Amino acid sequence: MATGGQPGNRPLSPHLQVYKPQITSVLSIFHRMTGVALAVGTLVLVWWLAAAAAGGETFANAQSVIGAWYGRLLLFGWSFALFYHLCNGIRHLCWDMGRGYELETVAKSGWAVVVCAVGLTLVAWVWGYSAMGAF
Amino acid sequence: MSLRTDLGKVRGLGSAKEGVAHWWAQRLTAIALVPLVLWFVSQVVGLAGADLAAVRAWIASPVVAVLLVLLLGTTFHHAQLGLQVVIEDYVHGEACKVASIIIVKFLSVALAAAGIFSVLKIAFAG
Repeated sequence: MATGGQPGNRPLSPHLQVYKPQITSVLSIFHRMTGVALAVGTLVLVWWLAAAAAGGETFANAQSVIGAWYGRLLLFGWSFALFYHLCNGIRHLCWDMGRGYELETVAKSGWAVVVCAVGLTLVAWVWGYSAMGAF
Repeated sequence: MSLRTDLGKVRGLGSAKEGVAHWWAQRLTAIALVPLVLWFVSQVVGLAGADLAAVRAWIASPVVAVLLVLLLGTTFHHAQLGLQVVIEDYVHGEACKVASIIIVKFLSVALAAAGIFSVLKIAFAG
């Protein structure tokens, strides 16, 4: 080794902070973040199902928390995370089949994922609110 | 040209000695979750504002109950596989890493069991 210090004290790669954020890297880390967020969100799913099984006041409690403004805000965030993770997951499955690796295609499919995720989220919420007779 | 030995190729386990089982399971559950999640979201959106009786009636119908059980099992399997990779990448202390993975796996199975039990309780006992 020419210039390195002690083993274990060598500079480690990659230095993420020296890279300019790109659509590929940003969407990649966002896939992980939404995955972790969705794992946390499963707690609410199980809570809601258990509350439905318990019935009575437990279910009324769960509904009031989920239906409150902060509950709806969390659900909105989770719905976007779900649609994003779903769309980008399909993008990953295409890569697994060896397709879409050209730089231009990767950027295009990335933006397509963002547009689809936003679109699906909006459709779901407009549909939900109109089912409740909000419009 | 491959530098792998014939025996290594036959075993197909790679340097970590566990092959592609984790990778494959994550893809299989991902493929299964595409239709399951789209079905679930469309159903839940339709349930917006529903009362307890309507929610229970929905869960108790046989097709919904079976799909919910599949959704819960697949979701927690997929989540547990994904969280394991995240932990392996970001938690560097060996003891902390192993402990975190054990907690995530135990919690995932426990939550899946609780969710599936709730669905079955409503389906069988009303």
